[in-house]
Amino acid sequence: MSEKNAISINNADKIFNEGRDDEVVALSNINLDVKEGEFVSLIGPSGCGKSTMLRLIGDLLEPTQGSVEVFGKSAHQARIDQDYGMVFQHAGLFDWRRVAANIELPLELHGWSKSDRATRSQEMLDLVKLPDFGGYYPRQLSGGMQQRVSIARALSFEPKLLLMDEPFGALDEMTREHMQIELLRIWEETGTTVVFVTHSIPEAAFLSNRVVVLSPRPGQVHSVIDVDLGQRTESTRQDSDFFNAATEVREALRAVEEQE
Amino acid sequence: MNLATLKSRALVLWPPLAIGVGILALWEGAVVLFKIQQFLLPKPSSIWAELLENWEVLRHASWETGKISLGGLAIGIVAGVTFAFFTTLFRFLNEGLTPLAVAVNATPIVALAPIFNAWFGVTGSVSNQLVVATVVFFPVFINTAKGLTEVHVNEIELMRSYAAGDWTILREVRIPNALPFFANALRVVAPLAVIAAIVAEYFGGPQDRVGYVITWNAGLARYDVAWAAIAVASAFGLSLFIGALLIERVSTPWKSAVQLEETTKK
Repeated sequence: MSEKNAISINNADKIFNEGRDDEVVALSNINLDVKEGEFVSLIGPSGCGKSTMLRLIGDLLEPTQGSVEVFGKSAHQARIDQDYGMVFQHAGLFDWRRVAANIELPLELHGWSKSDRATRSQEMLDLVKLPDFGGYYPRQLSGGMQQRVSIARALSFEPKLLLMDEPFGALDEMTREHMQIELLRIWEETGTTVVFVTHSIPEAAFLSNRVVVLSPRPGQVHSVIDVDLGQRTESTRQDSDFFNAATEVREALRAVEEQE
Repeated sequence: MNLATLKSRALVLWPPLAIGVGILALWEGAVVLFKIQQFLLPKPSSIWAELLENWEVLRHASWETGKISLGGLAIGIVAGVTFAFFTTLFRFLNEGLTPLAVAVNATPIVALAPIFNAWFGVTGSVSNQLVVATVVFFPVFINTAKGLTEVHVNEIELMRSYAAGDWTILREVRIPNALPFFANALRVVAPLAVIAAIVAEYFGGPQDRVGYVITWNAGLARYDVAWAAIAVASAFGLSLFIGALLIERVSTPWKSAVQLEETTKK
C-alpha cells in the first residue's frame, strides 16, 4: 500500500432535490481519504448514503458542496480518463454480447485492436477462473459466474481503482464466500484500490483494510475501523481476530442505530 | 442442425399437426353425419375442391392483398420505429405520446377503413395500405419505444463510467435492448397486417382482392368459395407470422441460447 491518496473526499455534501419539498440530504460533511492499494468498505443501514458516496467517487453524481478528488484530479476527469472500473449488485452484463465481448466492451470504446482485445479478454477470463466461457451468452451462466465476468470486465482495462456496489449481495452464502476469496486474490495480484459497498458485517470485516461505518439521515461518517487480518484464507473465518473485527463493526452499527 | 435437434423439433411439431388433422376429419364427419347445409358449413373436402377450381382467381387476389399487407406493414414499421427513436431523443415526447398511443392502440382502427376510402380514394391501393400501416404503427411504436427507454439504470451508469456519450449508449445499449421488444411487436403485427388488409377490403376497393372475393361469393351464397379464400388468406397470414419468428431468431440469438446447468461449472 502506498502513502499516496487514491481518493480524497473533502467536506462533501449531497442534497437531492435541493430547495424543493422533497429535499433529501443524502450525505453531509463527508471527509475520507483512501490510500492507493487500500481496500475500504462502506457499511451502514439502508439510506445512509453509501451507494451515493460511491457514485460521488465515480462522478456518476456530483457533490452539492465540497470536493472529490481521484488520483489527484477531479472525479470528473478521472471518469473521462477511465481511471476506475465499476461492479454492481446487478451484474449488468449485456445479454446480446457474448461473455468475451462483454469483457471487451470498455476496450472497444477505448479503441483497442481486435486481437489485443481478444488476448486481454482471455487473460481476464483466466483471472476470474472462467477460461472456457468466453463464447457463451451471459444468461447461460449462473449468477456467481456472471458476477465474475462483471469483475473481469471492470478490470479489463487495468483501472487503478475498483468501485463495487454490493457486488455479492445477490449471491448465495457459499458462492459469496468463494467470491470474497477470489476478489482478495485478484486485489493482491493487480494491486488495485478497492472501495466496496456492503451491508454484510462479516463481509466488510473479512475483506477490508478499513471499514467506514456510516450513519443515516443525513449520511455521515460515524467511525472508521482498522482491520488487519493479514493473508486471508477460508480458515481466517474461524480466527479470533476476524471475530473481533466483526464485533467491532457490529458494535459501531449498533451505536448508529441507537443514535437514531 | 444435428439429428437430435431435428428429432426434438419433430416431437414439438407432431401434436399440433395431429390435432389439426383430427379437427378437419371431425369437421368433415360432422357435416356428413348431421347433414349440415353447405351454406352453413361446407365440408373441408369441398372447400379444397373449390380452392383448386378457383386457383387462378384466388392466387391473383392473394397476390394483390399480399402487396397491400406487406406495403402497409413496411410503412407502419418504418413509421413506428422512427417515432420510437424520436421519443427516445426527446423525453417530453415520450411522456406525452406514449400513453396516447397506448389508448389509440386499444381502439378498432380498422373501422376507419371507409373514412380512409373517402380521403384517399377507393380505386387504388393507397387507402387500404394506409389502414394496414395505421394498425401496424401503434404496436411497433409502443414496443420499440419501450425497448429503447427501459434500460436498467446500472447499465447506463456503467456506460457513463466508460465516459460514453448518449450516441454510444444508444448504439451499444438502447438499440440492442430494443431488438427483442421490436421482434415481439413484429410477431403481433405480421398476421395483423393481413387481417387489417382483408377487413379494409370488405369496405370497398378493387375487385381482385381477397376481401372482395370473400364478400362477393358469400353474397352469392357460394360459401365454399368464400371459405377457400379465407383458407388462402390464413395461409398467407401464417407464413408472415413464421417469417416474423425467423427474423426474431436471427436478430436475437441470445434469447434462444440454452441455460447451462450449475453442474457444468468448473
